[in-house]
Amino acid sequence: MNRKELVFPATLLVLFGLFVLGSGLAGFAPGQQMGRDFAGFFMKMLSVLPCVFILIGLFEVWVKRETIEKHLGCGAGPLSYLWAVLLAGTNVGGLHVALPVGHALYVKGARTGVVLAYLFAATICRIPMALFEATFLGWRFTAVRFAVSLPLVVCFAALIGHHFDRRGYRLPETGGDES
Amino acid sequence: MIYLYAVTILLVALSLMKDRGRTLRALRIGGKRFLKVAPAFLSMLVLVAVILGLIPDELMMKILARDSKWIASASAIVLGSVAVMPGFVVFPLCGILLGNGALYMVLSAFSTTLMMVGVATFPLEKVYLGTRLALVRNLAGLIIAVAVAAATGLFFGELL
Repeated sequence: MNRKELVFPATLLVLFGLFVLGSGLAGFAPGQQMGRDFAGFFMKMLSVLPCVFILIGLFEVWVKRETIEKHLGCGAGPLSYLWAVLLAGTNVGGLHVALPVGHALYVKGARTGVVLAYLFAATICRIPMALFEATFLGWRFTAVRFAVSLPLVVCFAALIGHHFDRRGYRLPETGGDES
Repeated sequence: MIYLYAVTILLVALSLMKDRGRTLRALRIGGKRFLKVAPAFLSMLVLVAVILGLIPDELMMKILARDSKWIASASAIVLGSVAVMPGFVVFPLCGILLGNGALYMVLSAFSTTLMMVGVATFPLEKVYLGTRLALVRNLAGLIIAVAVAAATGLFFGELL
């Protein structure tokens, strides 16, 4: 990440820090709550992300590029979407965890459409989350959501992926890409 | 969560046994990628905390349990796209809303946009997908969420 890309996060963080600090001094409750929420989320991230990035590193050095290309790449058939959705079902967090994993798949040769299907499915079709959802809203609600969203997810992912791949769109690099 | 640690430790151990140099390279790659996206992750956390603070639970309940199903559904879509919440907060909240008389259709629109469309996650998404693809992905997520909500409404007899 170069200097210019750091301006937005740095400004945001400094302003937020000052705001929370000010809220603490002035006794502004909503501001204090935001600070507490931030700290809570931060700790949660810190407990998940190191594992995720270690696994991504291992994936990068051990999994052969040909394997990914064969099953998830441009030559692979419709079955590749099934793999993407199944893989997404095991995702441990929301979009923020799926993004680095999806990107790692892309770097190893998965095509854009498959990565998109993985990202979509990781947000709405995670197995642990679905169980949770069904407990609170009933299994019929969850069943309808899966039945309608999955076909749409695959269609949209395939369409968008095809369009972007054909125009030669490349996902940005995020460092440490060796293959 | 424990499984994630167990699997990670197991795989690192296996990898170490098989090839020390390669394992170190894996850790270096993981670390490098993590550092590169860390600023985007921090921005996302700030946005999530601020947005969550700006929309208190009571306001959310008031908006989503509105009498008019059209206004409630539309607000659910907007609210769901802007707000970000962890899954373990969303569904219990939806359960409470259901008990308070909110429609399945509205809850579907709310929870699906919450998960698929993210204003707060956009800075992070941009780093991984690039601005254009990130925009298109969010737009597609919005369309899918509307379709899912409409189907839920039909299924539970709320739409017509």
